[in-house]
Parts: sequence; C-alpha cells; structure tokens
Amino acid sequence: MSTLIEPTALTNPVEKVLRNDRIPTIWCPGCGLGTTVNSFAYALMASGADLKKTAIVSGIGCSGRVSGYVALDSFHTTHGRAIPFATGLKLANPELTVVVYSGDGDLTSIGGNHLIHAARRNMDILVVCVNNMIYAMTGGQAAATTPGAATSTTTPYGSFEPELNIPQLVDAAGACYVARWTAFHVKQLEKSMTEALKKKGFRFIEVLSPCPTLYGRRNGYADGLAQMKEYKEMAKVKNGAPTYEVAITHGQPIIVGKFVDRDRPDYLTLMRSQLGAHYHEVAEVGVGCGDESEGKEGCCSC
Amino acid sequence: MARGSVVVTTERCKGCGFCVEFCPTHVLALSSAFNKKGYHPPHMVEPDKCSGCNLCGMYCPDFAIFGFKSAETKPVAPAAGPAAAEAAAVEAKEA
Repeated sequence: MSTLIEPTALTNPVEKVLRNDRIPTIWCPGCGLGTTVNSFAYALMASGADLKKTAIVSGIGCSGRVSGYVALDSFHTTHGRAIPFATGLKLANPELTVVVYSGDGDLTSIGGNHLIHAARRNMDILVVCVNNMIYAMTGGQAAATTPGAATSTTTPYGSFEPELNIPQLVDAAGACYVARWTAFHVKQLEKSMTEALKKKGFRFIEVLSPCPTLYGRRNGYADGLAQMKEYKEMAKVKNGAPTYEVAITHGQPIIVGKFVDRDRPDYLTLMRSQLGAHYHEVAEVGVGCGDESEGKEGCCSC
Repeated sequence: MARGSVVVTTERCKGCGFCVEFCPTHVLALSSAFNKKGYHPPHMVEPDKCSGCNLCGMYCPDFAIFGFKSAETKPVAPAAGPAAAEAAAVEAKEA
C-alpha cells in the first residue's frame, strides 16, 4: 500500500488552514466541534476565499477556541461580543471576509441582542453558531437553547423554559441566509458554508454539536457518538422549511436544511448609496494610510 | 485492489469512534493498542474495502485521520484538497 501513497498525501488536507502547533485541541473526546471545523476548513478551500483577507472572530466558550485553531487572522473577544467586534472589523476594512464562529450561549444568550441587530442591519458577516445546547465551558449551566425538560447543572429537575428557535429569530430579524445542520451532516455543512462564504449580507448557519461531558451524560447519551447517532436518526432535511416550524423539541425530528436564501442590500451598500458624495473610505480621510505594502514609516498610526 | 487508504496520526486521536461508526464501507475499527494519552486509535481491518472517500477525515474532530484515493486510480496528489481535485477533473475532461 505504501508504494501508492504520494509523498504529499501524508499530511491531512485541512492542515493547510489550521495552526498545527496548537493541535491537539482542548475539546473533549466525542465533542463535535472539531468536526464542524473540518467542514469549515474544506469550505474555506472550496470557496476560493483569499485567506489573507479572511478574519475569524470568536466569543467565549468551547467554540470560542476555534479562532485559535484556524490559521486566519483570529480574534478571541469578550463573552457575547463577537458580533459587535466583527461589525467594527467589517466597517473599518470592508474588503475583509469576516466570519464569526461561536457558540449558542455566547451568540444567542449573552450576545443575543447583537445577533438580532446584526441581522436587522444586514451586516456582511457569516455567523456560524455551534449549538451544543448548553453553556459547556463554564460548567454546564442551562442556556437559552437548552431544550425544555433537559437536565443541566442549574436545572437538576429539568429546564422549565422552552428553548430558543434561533433560525426563526434571525429570519425574522432579516438575515439573508439561514441554515441548520448537525455535526453528522459534514458534507452538507461544507456545501452550505461554501455557499454562505460566497454570499453577501448577514448569513447564519446553526450547527448542532454533541457535548458528551456536560449535556450528553445528563440527558441519556452515553458519549458523543450516541448523540451523533441520534442526529443521524432524527434529522430530517427540509430545505426551505418555514423557520417557525423548525424548533428543536426533545423526541421530535430535528429539522435541518437551508431555510432562507434571499438578497437584500447590506449595511455598507446602503450607507454608501445614502451618503453619496459624503461617503469616504477610511483611507481617504487620513485615519489610516492604507498602503502598508510600501513600507512607509511614520506616515500615520496604522 | 483497494481504491484508497487512510492515514492515522495516532497521537492526535481521542478515540471518539466517529470514523469507525460512519465509515460507509466499514473499513475501520478501534485497535486494542493505546496511544500516549491512553486512547485507542482506529486501524484498518478491511483495507481492501477502502474507497478513499475521506469521510473519516471529515468526521474526525481531532484531524487525526484522513483518506485518499490510490495513485493508480487517481494520479492526483490527494492532499491538494477539493479545489485542486476539481481542477484536475476539469483537466481530465479537456484531455
């Protein structure tokens, strides 16, 4: 067999977009986060995005670690503030492709308001929300996405609150692209991420991922694999399903697919057209020189 | 003759079993050997069945395994990624 192996075949293709000195990851055995990173890495390569002009922003949590493992310009922000940071990043440097890769607790609970308003403004960012249905890194507290009746460290008798239907929320707020997949749907997720990376406007992809340590073992899943098998059995692909029908309820099928794909002018486009002659790129008004390539020194503070 | 094979970086493996469970042709099994951290990495039990689809690589959360097509059936460097594979397919069509 070894005679058939090309010398270049001995490295994993995804290593080209990963920081290999940071691996192994800190994630638990059976966690699905690394699986979603695989899909993201292949999507980055397939979309043909310029990796020098792509930035990834994360908040706090297990999924916040993703920005550290991907070899892009990475920012690890404070809890819940990944989207505001990404908004500033995009507005200051519109030619960047900005990806927010964070968890459900970070994006929808602590930073819920930012999510709604980024979707309303149609900021040109891609948000990947890895939903493990719990605040995992902080010790397994119930989050807004914890399904009703699920047990967690703060809801030992089961949660009394129904869970948040994130696709419906961002759809109502005006997102251009809304999809949901699970860590089991690696190929579909890759395709969806590739599609979203090429699109303009506020794009949102929810990925359900197993959390064996803090969610799974308290809710009847022996390990991460058991949760992955459940995704395989329970997931139903319904592209274009109305988002008010896709809430995750325990024991019910998990609806996955691409729910929303529409076009409307994004924030920067509207700002440019409405400001007209009053609009100036940052470089033109002298805040940053914008030509670092020429190696000028002391021309400005950029 | 197998159409592909897999490469396992045993020291990265955490023994989650995703690759073993979701391999479409059931090529893999967790071995009884331990790696340095005490996990059981996967190994090929049916190497002839491997199609080199790299689904194991897509599922592995620790980037510890990947599959590739055999050089005989596909003379393209498998590590070049999907973009290059597409380009190769286009080239093959043209030729």
